[in-house]
Amino acid sequence: MLEWFTAISTPVLVMGGMALAFGALLGFAAVRFRVEGDPLVEKVDALLPQTQCGQCGYPGCRPYAEAIVNGDTINKCPPGGQATINELANLLDMEPVPLDAEHGVEDVRKVAFIREAECIGCTKCIQACPVDAIVGAAKYMHTVIADECTGCDLCVEPCPVDCIDMIPLEASLQDWHPQIPADGVRLIASDRQQHGSSASDKRDAA
Amino acid sequence: MSPEQEITRREQRGDAESERRASREVQLIAREHQRALKPNDFHGGVHPPENKHQSTGEPIGSIPLAETLFVPLVQHVGASALPLVKLGERVLKGQMIGEADGLISCAVHAPSSGTVVALEPVPMPHPSGLPVDGVVIRTDGEEQWCELRPCEDFRKLAPLELLDKIRDCGIAGLGGAGFPAAVKLAPHTGTEIDTLIINGTECEPYITADDMTMRERAAEIIAGVEILAYILDEPQRVLIGIEDNKPEAIAAMRKAAEGTRFDVVVYPTKYPSGGEKQLIQILTGREVPNRGLPANVGIICHNTGTARAIYRAVRFGEPLISRVTTVVGEALERQRNIEVPIGTPISHILKHHGVHRGRMQRIIHGGPMMGFTLEDDSAPVIKTTTCILVPTDAELPPPPPAQPCIRCGFCAEACPASLLPQQLYWYARAEDREKLQAYNLFDCIECGACSYVCPSSIPLVQYYRAAKGDIRSAEEEKEKSARARERFEFRKLRIEKAEKEKEEKRRARREAAEQARQQRQENTDAPEAKAAQQEADVVAAALARVKAKQASPEQQLARAQRSLTSAEQRVERLQKKLNEAPEDQRGQLAAQLKAAQIKAAEARQKLAEAEASAGDSAAGPSTVKAAADSSDSSPSADKAQDAIERAKAAAAARASMSDEERLAAELEALKARVTKAEARLEKARAENDANVDAFATALEKMQNKLEQKMREQNNRGGES
Repeated sequence: MLEWFTAISTPVLVMGGMALAFGALLGFAAVRFRVEGDPLVEKVDALLPQTQCGQCGYPGCRPYAEAIVNGDTINKCPPGGQATINELANLLDMEPVPLDAEHGVEDVRKVAFIREAECIGCTKCIQACPVDAIVGAAKYMHTVIADECTGCDLCVEPCPVDCIDMIPLEASLQDWHPQIPADGVRLIASDRQQHGSSASDKRDAA
Repeated sequence: MSPEQEITRREQRGDAESERRASREVQLIAREHQRALKPNDFHGGVHPPENKHQSTGEPIGSIPLAETLFVPLVQHVGASALPLVKLGERVLKGQMIGEADGLISCAVHAPSSGTVVALEPVPMPHPSGLPVDGVVIRTDGEEQWCELRPCEDFRKLAPLELLDKIRDCGIAGLGGAGFPAAVKLAPHTGTEIDTLIINGTECEPYITADDMTMRERAAEIIAGVEILAYILDEPQRVLIGIEDNKPEAIAAMRKAAEGTRFDVVVYPTKYPSGGEKQLIQILTGREVPNRGLPANVGIICHNTGTARAIYRAVRFGEPLISRVTTVVGEALERQRNIEVPIGTPISHILKHHGVHRGRMQRIIHGGPMMGFTLEDDSAPVIKTTTCILVPTDAELPPPPPAQPCIRCGFCAEACPASLLPQQLYWYARAEDREKLQAYNLFDCIECGACSYVCPSSIPLVQYYRAAKGDIRSAEEEKEKSARARERFEFRKLRIEKAEKEKEEKRRARREAAEQARQQRQENTDAPEAKAAQQEADVVAAALARVKAKQASPEQQLARAQRSLTSAEQRVERLQKKLNEAPEDQRGQLAAQLKAAQIKAAEARQKLAEAEASAGDSAAGPSTVKAAADSSDSSPSADKAQDAIERAKAAAAARASMSDEERLAAELEALKARVTKAEARLEKARAENDANVDAFATALEKMQNKLEQKMREQNNRGGES
């Protein structure tokens, strides 16, 4: 009886000791290398356009990122448009879906503009702006910092005198970049002949 | 052999050795020098037809001054200049009309004297065709210079002063990119600049502006190079690189460079050896690192035209207001190089070169490889206009439609940056930004060699340009969204903090109140507490008194009596009215009568209660009379009594009135009320009051009543 006990006591002790040691190590690592927050939420949030417009039905981009991680659909962000949906689908390994029209449609980028002569200085838009892009004080004219405006639209509704317009961003020379050329017309063999001579000339010159 | 001899022999041998070594070193240095001057080759490249002879037949010419000059405020890489002139202002030739805004920006000067007729978006030679802010000058033809600050000997000025001068003169690179020259000359990389390269390659077909400048203005260029070398603290080597297809220019430059330490290096013609990175590799064998600058490897590179412009700026104080441009193409009668004021509309230039609009295929700004098509020929010449190419259809046939990529790999062989254009093409089509960057898209110099060799005629460079722009704007977007996120989070934090502070304050106040109360309770014996107690007692006593007075049974009794009499009177009156009233109003009056009777009953009950309570509280045989007496004694009771008397008298008078008289009086009162109501309604209408409807219905009711009364009166009149 005792012999049997001594025979298995060593392996049991060794295995038990190892289990304890690794358990302690894992426990320590769990505390020491604890990750604050969900890293996936960060990644999703980084892809969202940060307009903080709330068109998705959540109060800002981060809450929507959290909702996406918790299983909400990825097609509720009109400012991001199809490009954002594609990136999100890529990140989350999902099929890209078209934008949900219920939350709005993809539009050109706009910025808010206050018609300053009509502004009564009520500060309502300042309180509505999610990114503090409106400056002004009570009974003083307000104005929008166009560079910081995300075009979220949230200041338009609270304005009691309707002096805020959403203006599409004008295309400037600095922001302009060429577009990918359209695909060439597929030529049939007989058409190709007409261009053949010039193309071969070119190659000879090369 | 004696030891001394041994030593001398050894010394001799040592001397010989060191001599040999020294001579070898000299040889090595010479060879190194030779090797450095022996041009290297770079990967790829193409040999398109040069087409340079058309525009080199004539010396650099000029054309009559245009009537209107369009001077864009941004003709360079960097921020737009800030306008310094007002509408209608007269400007002199060379006067600064736009100052540099920030470090990477460039000043703009009036190309000729005249009047500012507009400050507005002007057309601009740019692939987008978008206009930019600019100054429109109507020239007066006088060419009156503003005051210039010439400088006989640039060595008397410090390099920094010279840099200021170059910056003030608005000199941007004339090779085509237009980078502000002063910024390039003050490198911030921390590397020592050991080589200055002057780029006279001009490898793109058709363009001969630098070639002609070197042929005719070699001395000015060399003088400019001297200034550049002085500013850069005399770098070890100054190399002037020229392709071997410009023998006249090479001869002229060699002649001008005699007696200086500048080397003119000649190398075989190959496109795009004029690219900055390629030229550096040709001349020095060094490679500019990925996303780095030539200054990172100790090199500064400038164009020959820029060197000349710098010379004129320093020596004569002349700002950059004109440049040499090649005007070429078979659709023109005359093909040559001209020195033309910046801002001259391209249509004006074409007019003076006999353009044949029918044969003209399009207008290209720049060369056939890297240039772009101009949609609007009113766009002006700017600092980067190297060439205006106006080809015929035969000369430069439109590109055939693109075919699918067959993976032949010609483009990879031709790429001077050793990239894989076919891979970049696929990723650009798929808009895979990560892969594009992994394949070093940003090392592409957009030379167009790949498109040139493509057997499928795919416009590869267009794809790279689009992809670059796309990535850049996406990066900007990302930066912007990061900033928006930061601001949003900061705002959230701020609001939370404010909320917390408010909560904290509320709590603190509550606690303070709690504490104060406890303290009060603890220190009830303290004198202050006593005083407070007393005060509170006084108030309580006063309140109690008031309450007692209100609730005194005598008064209640009196009130009950009054309400009873009035109720009974009303019942009586209604009874009488009911009897007199015509049939149709009986129902209504009967209802009123019933209500009045109920009220009277209630009043009677109340009176009984009051009498009972008065009896109880008086604790004695106090009666209604006594109560009345007691109330009589107070003056307020007197007043009330008076009022009652008055009312009674009025009631009696009313009672004594004949029916007709009473009706008349009522009519009068009603009429007055109707007019009042009308006025009120009017006012409400004017002010757009919300209660307009209510007023209107009230008025209507009143009018009805009035009519009814009048009818009644008439009836009476008829009866009597």
